[in-house]
Amino acid sequence: MRRLNTNIINAVNSHENSITVNFKFNGKIYKGHKGESLASALIANDIAIVGRSFKFSRPRGIVGHWSEEPNAIVQVGSGAGTVPNLKATQVELYEGLEAKSVNGWPNVNFDLMSISGFFERLMPAGFYYKTFMYPRKFWKTYEKYIRKAAGLGKVPSEPDPDFYEKLNHHCDILVVGAGPSGMLAALQAGRAGARVIIADDQSEIGGSLLYSNSKIKKMSGYAWAKSIENEIRSFKNITVISRCTVFGYYDHNFLTMIERCTDHQSLTSDLGPRQRLHRVRAQSVILATGAFERPLVFANNDLPRIMLASSVSAYINRYAVTPGEKLVVCTNNDNAYKTAFDWKSLINDHVTIIDTRRAVQSEVIERAKAMRIKIIHGHGVIEARGRTRVKSVLVAPLCMSGKEIIGEATEIYCDVVATSGGWSAAVHLSSQTGVKPVWDNEILSFRPGQAVQSQKSVGACNGSFELKECIEDGISVGASEAKRLGFESGKPKQKIDLPETKDEHPTQEVFCLPHFKPLSRAPKQFVDQQLDVTAGSIELAAREGFESVEHVKRYTALGFGTDQGKLSNVNGMAILANALGKSIAETGTTMFRPAYTPTTFGAIAGREVKKLFDPKRYTPMHDWHLENTVEFENVGQWKRPWYFPKSGETMEQSVRRECVAVRNSLGILDASTLGKIDVQGKDAKEFLNRVYTNNFDTLNPGKCRYGLMLKEDGMIFDDGVCACISKDHYLIHTTTGGAANVLAWLELWKQTEWPDLDVFLTSVTDAWATATISGPNSRKLIQKVCSDIDFNNDNFKHMEWKQGLIAGIEARIFRVSFTGELSFEINVPSNFGLYIWNKLIETGAEFDITPYGTESMHILRAEKGFIIVGQDTDGSMSPMDMGMDWIVKSKKDYSFLGERSLIRADIVREDRKQFVGLRTLNDKQVLPEGSQIVRSKKQTIPIQMEGHVTSSYFSACLGHPIALAMIKNGHQRMGEIVYSPQSDGSVIELRIVNPVFYDPKGERQYV
Amino acid sequence: MLSIYCPYCNEMRDEEEFSYSGEAHIKRPEKPLELTDEQWGQYLFFRKNPSTLHAEMWNHSSGCRQYFNVVRDMQSYKITETYPIAQFPESLDISE
Repeated sequence: MRRLNTNIINAVNSHENSITVNFKFNGKIYKGHKGESLASALIANDIAIVGRSFKFSRPRGIVGHWSEEPNAIVQVGSGAGTVPNLKATQVELYEGLEAKSVNGWPNVNFDLMSISGFFERLMPAGFYYKTFMYPRKFWKTYEKYIRKAAGLGKVPSEPDPDFYEKLNHHCDILVVGAGPSGMLAALQAGRAGARVIIADDQSEIGGSLLYSNSKIKKMSGYAWAKSIENEIRSFKNITVISRCTVFGYYDHNFLTMIERCTDHQSLTSDLGPRQRLHRVRAQSVILATGAFERPLVFANNDLPRIMLASSVSAYINRYAVTPGEKLVVCTNNDNAYKTAFDWKSLINDHVTIIDTRRAVQSEVIERAKAMRIKIIHGHGVIEARGRTRVKSVLVAPLCMSGKEIIGEATEIYCDVVATSGGWSAAVHLSSQTGVKPVWDNEILSFRPGQAVQSQKSVGACNGSFELKECIEDGISVGASEAKRLGFESGKPKQKIDLPETKDEHPTQEVFCLPHFKPLSRAPKQFVDQQLDVTAGSIELAAREGFESVEHVKRYTALGFGTDQGKLSNVNGMAILANALGKSIAETGTTMFRPAYTPTTFGAIAGREVKKLFDPKRYTPMHDWHLENTVEFENVGQWKRPWYFPKSGETMEQSVRRECVAVRNSLGILDASTLGKIDVQGKDAKEFLNRVYTNNFDTLNPGKCRYGLMLKEDGMIFDDGVCACISKDHYLIHTTTGGAANVLAWLELWKQTEWPDLDVFLTSVTDAWATATISGPNSRKLIQKVCSDIDFNNDNFKHMEWKQGLIAGIEARIFRVSFTGELSFEINVPSNFGLYIWNKLIETGAEFDITPYGTESMHILRAEKGFIIVGQDTDGSMSPMDMGMDWIVKSKKDYSFLGERSLIRADIVREDRKQFVGLRTLNDKQVLPEGSQIVRSKKQTIPIQMEGHVTSSYFSACLGHPIALAMIKNGHQRMGEIVYSPQSDGSVIELRIVNPVFYDPKGERQYV
Repeated sequence: MLSIYCPYCNEMRDEEEFSYSGEAHIKRPEKPLELTDEQWGQYLFFRKNPSTLHAEMWNHSSGCRQYFNVVRDMQSYKITETYPIAQFPESLDISE
């Protein structure tokens, strides 16, 4: 065991409060401490290899201690609740936790794919692009294998057993990150009285102070952080949310964050929501997201136990575990010396510092000397050696710039390498708002650019890497932002203890250490360990002509992993800049997009799943449909009866029976879903004249008229029957699916172009239930249920409506027809819908009344050549294309919507597709809808398309199949034979016919 | 997600309550039938695509159902003003 025997105050697993738990890693059971990270427990159990690399299958170990970790990616749990792609450094241990490495076959310690590094030579930058180009038709074969090799982790195959929720917040100030600067910013703003939310992704707030042993006055940094936390928590106006990652920063200071509520407790879901998505709108955002330490790049730097210096410190100080016995610190800066101090004071004397800088003066270096730590100045680690973990390093003297080796290398034996190449500010969130990060050569890091939203970056994410600066930054920005928003503390300012400023020597500009061999021939120097991107491959990309950093990123996959290149980005840019002979500032960086860390889809969906995914709309007669074994069709959000099979009937049999019943006797349709808009006002008629193609001047009370609406481009938008209720009152019907769009469209014109018109539009779709009775016996039925209306053909004509009592209920009866048969649409207030329906069914029994669904409705109207907007039209058809010239009437005063477009050159050209009927020459063949039409059987490629089939059915009433189609110049081609090639290679022969198949004179609806 | 001030509700509301409705201040020609195809085409199809401030129409579709105008910066998405239909913006000259 690699646990330290000391009592460290920060340690989550100090001896006093540690609870031992069992966990499983790659099938073996180990012991760890509850609440420590899985990575810490693996180190405590001396496990070095935690996975295999993505492309080359090299053994990989833990590098970092938090979200920057590129290698230790695990799949937690099994079955439905399993979670792929978690970082072992962020998984909190609990009893029974099961984790597996996501890469490595058959297992991580013996990986067949890595045999003697054979593949490494074969996979240069852009490998996939170069290798799998030709022959083109092989791509499908390649893809199958590439997909198998790619990707990390396995998606569970069963539905997610957990539930998630969402919370909306509004606050004055959102502070992202509760490290030293974030805590102080939140505290100061809270003291001033602002409503503050502070979110932090770790289990405890304190940021870097959790992991270091820095001192503030005489307190440990950790104790100091606890005292600040206590004060923060004493304010009711400050909300602290831990285990909460801010992953997206969007427009107008809208941020999304995910709180992991139960992930650290267990995989079972009975403890409440697994995760919670917080949606925050903040007046001001203070980003205090800190910085990531950058590793130095050298040969074989991916060997297990080569770690970030700050992470080695973190494991010692936070988790009281040690990754080994002999440490080499490889650095270009002062900061990494702290790791040597931690090692020396808490582990042992076996520590050597290799500093690329020549002998320099600074406080830490003096302290290291005083502690008798061995320092080798002006040297760098140029290569690591070992098979499954680091065994030694080659150390060579470097020139002043650190770019060349100037002498013999010596080998130093060690089992841990702590590497530090300086710090990179975490500019991800500010970059997500569209702000390009700016390179700062002073601190060798990108800084956030000029903010476009009300946003401030403080502390390390703004490039202040020194603790005192961070705290002071937080204090001043927290107070000034609160003041800017109008909050000011009346109380005298409480004093906050500050650490002392340290005299630091600057970081040397070294990113990639030289080797005796050129980059392309030296052992691999890894920049992005998660995606196996090497310094050599970036250089190769530059040699092959890639100059833009965005292109190099895509070509090499640099920074494409789930870690978003947190460790690799800056090193990659630096190596590219060097290869291009430019500065890093000139080369620039790529932008970051949400999500900052991988985000669970479940949390984004929240409760809006299954039944709550989308509302369903039911008609008032729904219960009857349910009792009568109907099959439903989804029309928009509506559940409409599709067909009503009697026991043992297939859909085809049921639909044929329904159609024949309507033509021969009586059918009934639930048409409640039809869109209905009530139009009132003294200019209502004028309004209708402007939006419909036909003239409404002659439409008097009691009359109905079929109308067509066009968009301004002259294309059919919607159709339906409009009824005149009274002089200033109309009811227009729209298609079921188009109701909301039609209303919005009418409102647009009313509000923007014609505010002078006195007209009011109200959606009344849900207010009315509609039962349509259709067929030769429909008059007989309605006469039985309604006694106060004279239904005689002379008194109640086709396209008229009347008001009367049906079974005692006030009803509007429209004599309109969508089947071509005598029909009555009976409208009653919704609450009476089911009652009237039952009444009609009961009374209609003597005529064998047959309920029919949308499928039969479609066939019956197709037999009559009636169009359905959205099925036979697609937004590119004019009324003339549909053979509906008769409905377009110019009105003198105002040019109706779309009128001018009907005489545009493109609309009047002759070879436009036109609406026709089709008959298959073989009377048994039903054309598939969507079939393409061509002119002859033997066409050469490219084939000239003549048109396509929009509707196609078997007509039981006619005894043969019918189809409607759009065919080029079709109106002039009646009787012509055309062809439709099918996907199975067959060709169907067709004749172009009139689209009105049944009752071509249209007599049946007038009887 | 944008935060939009509805000049009818007099409140800041989230973008998900609104729907976008294209460029604002496009006047329908008074006598469409007297226009050439080109003139009609200009009205019908051609829209501005500025990289700075742009006047656009929004509809408070899941709120008061009113259409109104918004001046928005096409790069930063900052909204400088919202105002009812038939009024003109202060932050942008739309005469061109």
